[in-house]
Amino acid sequence: MSETTGERRYAISLTVNGTVREATVPARRLLSDCLRHELGLTGTHVGCEHGVCGCCTVLLDGEPVRSCLTFAVTVDGREITTVEGLAGPGGELSPVQRAFTECHALQCGFCTPGFLCTVTALLRDNPAPTEDEVLEGISGNLCRCTGYQNIVKAVHRAAELTAEAEGGAA
Amino acid sequence: MTTKLFGERVQRREDPRLITGQGRYLDDLGQDALAAAFVRSPHAHARIRDIDVSAAVDVEGLVAVYTWEDLPERVRDPLPLLIPHPALTHGRTAYPLARDIVRHVGEPVVMVVARDRYLAEDAASLITVDYELLKPVVGVEEAAQGVHLVHEDVPGNVGAHMIQEVPSAAGLGAREAIDAAPHTLAFRLDIERSASMPLEGRGVYARWDADDRSLRVYSSTQTSTSVRMAVAAKLGLPLPSVEVIAPDVGGGFGVKIVHPWPEEVLVPWAAMLLGREVKWTEDRREHFVSSAHERGQVQHVRVGFDDEGRVLGLDVTILHDHGAYTPYGIIVPIITSTQLLGPYRIGAYRVEFSSIYTNTVQVTPYRGAGRPQATFCMERTMDKIAAHLGKDRAAVREANFIHPDEFPYDQGLIFQDGRPLIYDSGDYPESLRVLKGLIGWDGFAEQKERAAAEGRRIGIGLGCYVEGTGVGPYEGGHVQVTSDGRVHVSTGLTSQGQGHETVFAQIAATELGVPLDRVSVVTGDTRRFGYAVGTFASRAAVMSGNAIALACRKVREKALGIAADALEADPRDLTIEDGEVRVAGNPGASIPLATVAVLSNPLRYAFDEEAKRATQFSGAASMDRPPVAEGEEPGLEGRDYYSPVRSTFASGMHAAIVETDPETAEIRILRYAVVHDCGRLINPMIVEGQIHGGVAQGVGGALYERMAYDEHGQLLNASFMDFLMPYATEVPLIETAHLETPSPLNPLGIKGAGEAGVIPVSAVIASAIEDAEGIAVDRMPISPSELHDLRSRAGS
Repeated sequence: MSETTGERRYAISLTVNGTVREATVPARRLLSDCLRHELGLTGTHVGCEHGVCGCCTVLLDGEPVRSCLTFAVTVDGREITTVEGLAGPGGELSPVQRAFTECHALQCGFCTPGFLCTVTALLRDNPAPTEDEVLEGISGNLCRCTGYQNIVKAVHRAAELTAEAEGGAA
Repeated sequence: MTTKLFGERVQRREDPRLITGQGRYLDDLGQDALAAAFVRSPHAHARIRDIDVSAAVDVEGLVAVYTWEDLPERVRDPLPLLIPHPALTHGRTAYPLARDIVRHVGEPVVMVVARDRYLAEDAASLITVDYELLKPVVGVEEAAQGVHLVHEDVPGNVGAHMIQEVPSAAGLGAREAIDAAPHTLAFRLDIERSASMPLEGRGVYARWDADDRSLRVYSSTQTSTSVRMAVAAKLGLPLPSVEVIAPDVGGGFGVKIVHPWPEEVLVPWAAMLLGREVKWTEDRREHFVSSAHERGQVQHVRVGFDDEGRVLGLDVTILHDHGAYTPYGIIVPIITSTQLLGPYRIGAYRVEFSSIYTNTVQVTPYRGAGRPQATFCMERTMDKIAAHLGKDRAAVREANFIHPDEFPYDQGLIFQDGRPLIYDSGDYPESLRVLKGLIGWDGFAEQKERAAAEGRRIGIGLGCYVEGTGVGPYEGGHVQVTSDGRVHVSTGLTSQGQGHETVFAQIAATELGVPLDRVSVVTGDTRRFGYAVGTFASRAAVMSGNAIALACRKVREKALGIAADALEADPRDLTIEDGEVRVAGNPGASIPLATVAVLSNPLRYAFDEEAKRATQFSGAASMDRPPVAEGEEPGLEGRDYYSPVRSTFASGMHAAIVETDPETAEIRILRYAVVHDCGRLINPMIVEGQIHGGVAQGVGGALYERMAYDEHGQLLNASFMDFLMPYATEVPLIETAHLETPSPLNPLGIKGAGEAGVIPVSAVIASAIEDAEGIAVDRMPISPSELHDLRSRAGS
């Protein structure tokens, strides 16, 4: 195997949470591992390594993707938002983050970063989702703790908070 | 009062770090550590003829390869049998790396350590193990026939056999009582395997400090104190040289109470040997085949009852599949057999179980820990009695209830803590009344008729349970008020998302009269608290909650004594509010708790302004007694323990309305209602969250989750693609109501809540499907195709 003589590594540049980050990684390095172990952004979690649980969801150019199904070298030059980048520049929590804590939408918190990224994109595209749209929107993320009751509430609450903030700004 | 926080829906203290990606889970630690990976058996039962590692040694970044032969004394011994029991006559545990024989797919055979996990897996993939295949023993009934053996020295594959019998008031045994009863029924029930399946798997990270010969281990565990003792013993280290920390843990649900796992011994051992940090993070497939499962049982039931449906005699025989090893003893079948009676007064009871070896992953507690099977058995029995007599299912249950004036109620059995099974308190008739109102039990017949007129099939079901919670032996709490007025609480048991930092802070803030934001809580860190048992059996709030309350009361008493001296007041006239000791009726006379903390520790050296008050020339001290009086200790801190005489018994009742599709046999839960009684609530928001999560796992167990082993002992669905856990789209809206019947056994009057939600769900869903379909449902989980098969067999 090639590993016995050392693996070829590739220099990549990613814009992560608004900051340009450089890394040198083998072709097979997953984006999840690159974020966690090369860039030290351990908020992105890995729950199944085959794209089912959604814990590793990050935003790639704004769209939710499974970072455990993405090779880091394939996203060279792209923009990535992880859970560490959801709060505002002054550290103020996003409406989705506020709603999750207000509604007790997390327990162990392991799946939470994936839900937060998923819901951030969901509400950007659909600021006032119906109950069915919320269920559909989060139906690609597993949570083993909450039974989803309060996550669903939190999505609606986040929509409210966003509307309030925008109403206030207008 | 601003500091009265017990019982409030306080938002969680844990959340700010977890919603910003600042949590510290096991794999987030030790970024520079070497990575371990394991070669695991691909066979369910085989003899290892040879292990060839030669192809792996050239892998770049490889550091070490270990087989059982390489392990030193103690490390190489079988893992401990954690809970011995006289009935477990043939307990067997695994070697940390397989020695000669592998007994389930996934058993670790070789440990590889390399620079990173990718390289460790590269090397692992190049190691060849030559196996001689042995006959796999799969399926509990096949195993019980004993034709082929899992362990050569365990005849019949029987690890344990146990009988408990409680005669009737008239002295009849259960079998006699059944034979003498006006009505009898006999039937068989089946429950499939499932598993805890936390989204974070297991993991261990160890740092050996060669300079002071100490070891620090981080483990994603439910019991750091006991891992510490096990690691110290295995590695021959003095206990004070080993510290174990459970960092943020991504869910446990029972599986992480088992310890020491092979990896919990091997990773610290390798870290010591190599003088390097070593980490192992379990991947999902490993979790499926190398951790633990639960639930699988076959039950044979005979029941005798009178015309009112009162149970005169109940005889249950259980075949329990415990997999290849028994590290956690026979706790699961003990709980099934003792919690089976639920909220009922049963005439005479006999229960017999055989705990059987199979060549599958070991079985250890998963949330509910044997109770879902117990409740399935009892509640199916109640439904069958009702059907036989043509009576309302709720009425039959009511006829059998223990009544509020009968507590404490002794069921005459020995519980999982080795102590008598005596229910402390409860109000079952009231629970049922509330549940019937919540789900609309009495009006359902018309609803069902209306649905039928539209060509729809709907059904209603219910299930009742009693859960022994807060088992001993003890937990402790330490509370320290520092000179800045902050309150530092620690307890030894661990957290996996239950919100302990929040509820324990609520207890401390309430007891001490301080604002919540001044209280911080640490759990599961042996550097802070070394004596503990662990988090399981819905015990954390009961055990550590009460221990912390008692420790706070010590601190409070001490604070009032010191403040009384300083304020020249009678301690009985003092209160603590908002972090200040105040003299009742004298608004001007007060002293901050911070100052009391300063005064509590007589000082020679003033390290800051505030500390001057406690030094020798401050004039504060009495000259008539020593600075630290006899029997006192410096510092405003207290430690106490709570050790209950026996468990406290929470209870609950669930009901559901389901719809089954007449064509596709798809099963949909239309409504789900829960009435729950766990005594006094510390934080209703958190208790409801626990119930929601439990119900969702129950729905998984009722409709989706099973471990699909083939006849070769291969787990066919060892991935999240194939093992179906509920997403948001599969869990119905859960409607909850609480009763609060305090426990008389502990100072706070609380009972455990962690497992409750999951317990009756399979029973409830089976009851509702049976009502919709008119076909007996005796095997769970049930899929649409299985319901379709039931329909075909019933000819409907």
